[in-house]
Amino acid sequence: MIRPRKWLPMPLLSVLLLIVWLLLMNGVALGHWLLGGFLAIVIPLITKPFWEAQPRIKKPWLMVRYFFRVLLDIVVANLEASKVILDPLGRARPAFVEYPLELQENFAITMLASTITLTPGTVSAHLRMDGTTLLIHVLDVDDIGDMKRHIHERYERPLKEIFEC
Amino acid sequence: MIALYTLMEGVIAFFLIAGSIFALIGSLGLARMKDFYMRLHGPSKISTLGVGCVLLASIAYFSLLNGGPSLQELLITIFLFITAPVSAHLLSKSALHQKLPRDPRTRGNPEELQEDDDETTLEEAPQGSSKLP
Amino acid sequence: MLDFALKISVALFAIAIVLNLYRVAVGPSLPDRILALDTMYVNSIALIVLFGIWLGHRTYFEAALLIAMLGFVSTVAVCKYLLRGDIIE
Repeated sequence: MIRPRKWLPMPLLSVLLLIVWLLLMNGVALGHWLLGGFLAIVIPLITKPFWEAQPRIKKPWLMVRYFFRVLLDIVVANLEASKVILDPLGRARPAFVEYPLELQENFAITMLASTITLTPGTVSAHLRMDGTTLLIHVLDVDDIGDMKRHIHERYERPLKEIFEC
Repeated sequence: MIALYTLMEGVIAFFLIAGSIFALIGSLGLARMKDFYMRLHGPSKISTLGVGCVLLASIAYFSLLNGGPSLQELLITIFLFITAPVSAHLLSKSALHQKLPRDPRTRGNPEELQEDDDETTLEEAPQGSSKLP
Repeated sequence: MLDFALKISVALFAIAIVLNLYRVAVGPSLPDRILALDTMYVNSIALIVLFGIWLGHRTYFEAALLIAMLGFVSTVAVCKYLLRGDIIE
């Protein structure tokens, strides 16, 4: 990991900006690198006062594994949701579920909520203001307790490990 | 070389068809589900993946056409996959705020949807109307 | 083969957009309509990309990117309006 410096307050954001610029220009010519690098340094410096403190990603490799797991789950989720939608009799069993959160970091909670929305059968609906319960709407569920355990095992624990909060 | 070309063409065609079928199913879900919260599932998950598939097909096609990797569409794909959950979350939040009716089969009774107006959550606490004398 | 797949794909997306339009017209509540519009712009991004494949060059890529960004921002803005009765506080 690159250490944050005075002229480089958020290294990850800078790398991201450079990649976005290169993708936008669709080329790796020297000029693109120079202008992209310039923007990647200047934009974080200018916008620094707006940003909240960013959590440190402690274990990048776990992050990569998490990413591929979510990618796989997105495909599974789509097949499952398609089955429910195409069911001619409309036998869905929807439910509202209150999920107690263990994560505390804002960014980690955001990632968990987004993951829940993109993965099988669930849409995160509302985060209570005290930040300890996530209200989830489920399209088709049999055993609610089982589903909560599944979310905890598969998504929340890895996120907790990644950010260690 | 020609075999590779045909193979790539097959892959692109597969992604195009799969993506459009997914998008169609997502929109079908939007059209035929019974309450708002169930309608939210189709577009936020399935349509996003459908468009993602079409964008992948576009990446493959232009890489083949230009004879080199051409990853511009990846930008739109990433953007869509990041923003779809956010807009879904905001939409369901505003639906809860308006207390939209839900399907009678729905289990669970969140306090956001209960009728008594005395218990407002922090979010809904009135901002302008103070009870000061 | 690719030509054929493109035609089918465009037809399916067109049907999807008609379904979204139905929801915009009927949708009993405001969030329903916003959701339908949101889905509609996602589908229209796909249509533009398909048109780009059809033409064989990427003039319209920027249009797709702009629709993606403006669509997201407008959805967020309208939701915010429904939640607070105000866009900018």
